[in-house]
Amino acid sequence: MTELSKSGATPEGAATAAVSKSGAAVGEVVSGSPAPSAFLEVRDLKVHFPTDDGVVKSVDGLSFTLEKGRTLGIVGESGSGKSVTSLGILGLHTAGQYGRRKAQLSGEIWLNGTELLSAPADEVRKLRGREMAMIFQDPLSALHPYYSIGKQIVEAYRVHHDVDKKVARKRAIDMLDRVGIPEPNKRVDAYPHEFSGGMRQRAMIAMALVNNPELLIADEPTTALDVTVQAQILDLIRDLQKEFGSAVIMITHDLGVVAEMADDLLVMYGGRCIERGSAQQVFYEPQHPYTWGLLGSMPRIDREETERLVPVKGSPPSLINLPSGCAFNPRCPYADVPKDQITRTERPELREVGSGHYSACHMSREERTKIWTEEIAPKL
Amino acid sequence: MLAYLIRRLIAVIIMVLVVLLATFTVFYMLPKWAGQDIAVLFAGKQAGAEQLEGIRTKLGLDDPLIVQFWDFIKGIPMGRDYANGSDVTHCPAPCFGYSFRTEAPVWETLKDALPVTGALAAGACVLWLGAGVLTGVVSALKRGTVWDRAAMTTALGGVSLPVFFTGMIAMGIFVHNLGWVEIADSLSTDDSIDVWLQTLILPWIVLAFLNAAMYARLTRATMLEVLGEDYIRTARAKGLGEVVVIRRHALRSAMTPILTVFGLDLGVLMGGAVLTESTFNLPGLGLEAVRAISSKDLPVILGVTLCAALAIAVANLVVDLLYAVIDPRVRLG
Repeated sequence: MTELSKSGATPEGAATAAVSKSGAAVGEVVSGSPAPSAFLEVRDLKVHFPTDDGVVKSVDGLSFTLEKGRTLGIVGESGSGKSVTSLGILGLHTAGQYGRRKAQLSGEIWLNGTELLSAPADEVRKLRGREMAMIFQDPLSALHPYYSIGKQIVEAYRVHHDVDKKVARKRAIDMLDRVGIPEPNKRVDAYPHEFSGGMRQRAMIAMALVNNPELLIADEPTTALDVTVQAQILDLIRDLQKEFGSAVIMITHDLGVVAEMADDLLVMYGGRCIERGSAQQVFYEPQHPYTWGLLGSMPRIDREETERLVPVKGSPPSLINLPSGCAFNPRCPYADVPKDQITRTERPELREVGSGHYSACHMSREERTKIWTEEIAPKL
Repeated sequence: MLAYLIRRLIAVIIMVLVVLLATFTVFYMLPKWAGQDIAVLFAGKQAGAEQLEGIRTKLGLDDPLIVQFWDFIKGIPMGRDYANGSDVTHCPAPCFGYSFRTEAPVWETLKDALPVTGALAAGACVLWLGAGVLTGVVSALKRGTVWDRAAMTTALGGVSLPVFFTGMIAMGIFVHNLGWVEIADSLSTDDSIDVWLQTLILPWIVLAFLNAAMYARLTRATMLEVLGEDYIRTARAKGLGEVVVIRRHALRSAMTPILTVFGLDLGVLMGGAVLTESTFNLPGLGLEAVRAISSKDLPVILGVTLCAALAIAVANLVVDLLYAVIDPRVRLG
């Protein structure tokens, strides 16, 4: 189980201890604390980019845990810090950073007992592709146009395995076969532009999984694909996850995707987590107005045809100057409910609203439950 | 692929013929329009009327332009006889006629000039491609740093300074002041490698400096663009080392635009690096062209034009073939 809350499926004793420790404010984990038992644990991750206009705080204090075999869905609109988080875990903000302006990362990322942010760059590089791999959004631009599919998979395999080309090629063909590419013996020598979109994404998945990574990050893996292919790709990722027992982080703005895939959900807004819990909790008892907005803007097959989708009003916040207090405040339809200035002055902390279910909102739990059950849920 | 090659070669031949026809027309008609007599250009002003008439007959100057052109073209593969009654001069193939100025066969002139221009272009292009691409890559990787600024400022200087300026300064310092190298007055294939090297080293550097500057800027710009591509991030996500990412993934993509410019530049250079050859007094195609133009030496002008056109056409063809090698999306045929 994805240990979003540090409670859950781990042995009960450990779980209760963790809950009491993290119950108040999960974001505040003392740095330098010992290696966690979780497979992946992100503690107070911050990714800041200095620019001429100021520091862009793309991710500003994010914490979560994830166990093997589990899928965590990270949801949020463009610019909420989803992709920046995943690139941060892979160490891709610091690899190949040239020039004077570098991304600034702080916090801790523990993968299998190794803290990645403080580890030597070369050590992280060796983990990349082997222990943790990534599937990118647009497979056409993410594959090198000048090299054949086979060559690119062989390259990914041989970085981490000291084998000759023939063995690696055999492995590449096996992987292509495994992800459902017909005639892998022939297609291995094809170039990305000779593949269809769905086939390219399959090839991309084959490349990501060629080293049996324990952590697979899928960054909007189906956004560039048409709907029928989307379902196939999601099925494929799920099957492969079962087969390899990897932990999966599924990054998307599409709640439909995570509804199908995720065990746990983390909703991001303005670089911070505003709600997280099991998929069940977030979908059926959401406790944050932004999550309500996301659910309301999702097309559903059981909805009346004449009903219009309700977008979340306003635009995403500036990551340089986040609104003071609650970042969602300017767009929140319920901003006046607490009836005091606290929304504008104090940032809401993540508070536990159910077992392993956290939400960052100034409204009381009762107020929110009332709004959800009386106003929001009936319209969905 | 073979069909494509044949088609392209035919296109090259047609292009060269058109260029030649245009040059032929311009240079053989201009004197007429300007009221000058080509026979006078050939024989000199003191020639008598009878002598001029003989020259006209011998060179076929009274024939229609298209017939003259045909004779000229035919002479290249087959050789040609210039006849005035019993006075026959045989010009063996490849015949480009005789220089009006030196009365030597044009082919002899070209044959002597080509190796000089070829050596100049070959040496310079190796230097500038190496230095330019390397500087550009390092600048792109260290963008915004002191190194980047220094390199790009130097490059701007390199682009703006004309060859005769840098060439004169280089000669002033290294030939006249320090005496490190000695520039020969003439170059022939009989000369030793040492003579060639001594004579060519400064022209190489000066010419390479100018071009390297342009290539550094071009490489920097394309590298910056390529480094932002998604597939570069994918390469890093595989766990590849940065050197491999740059060399195997980024540089290969950046080579396409560089190659395009390189093909054209090399073609132009093979037609004669006029300024460089003039500055260093190198007896290459460019210097021959300058001499020929100033003395209205029409056959030599035609010969040099043919070389230049052929060089550019062939360079373009080679670039197009290389595209297909580099980028699998380019399908020939």
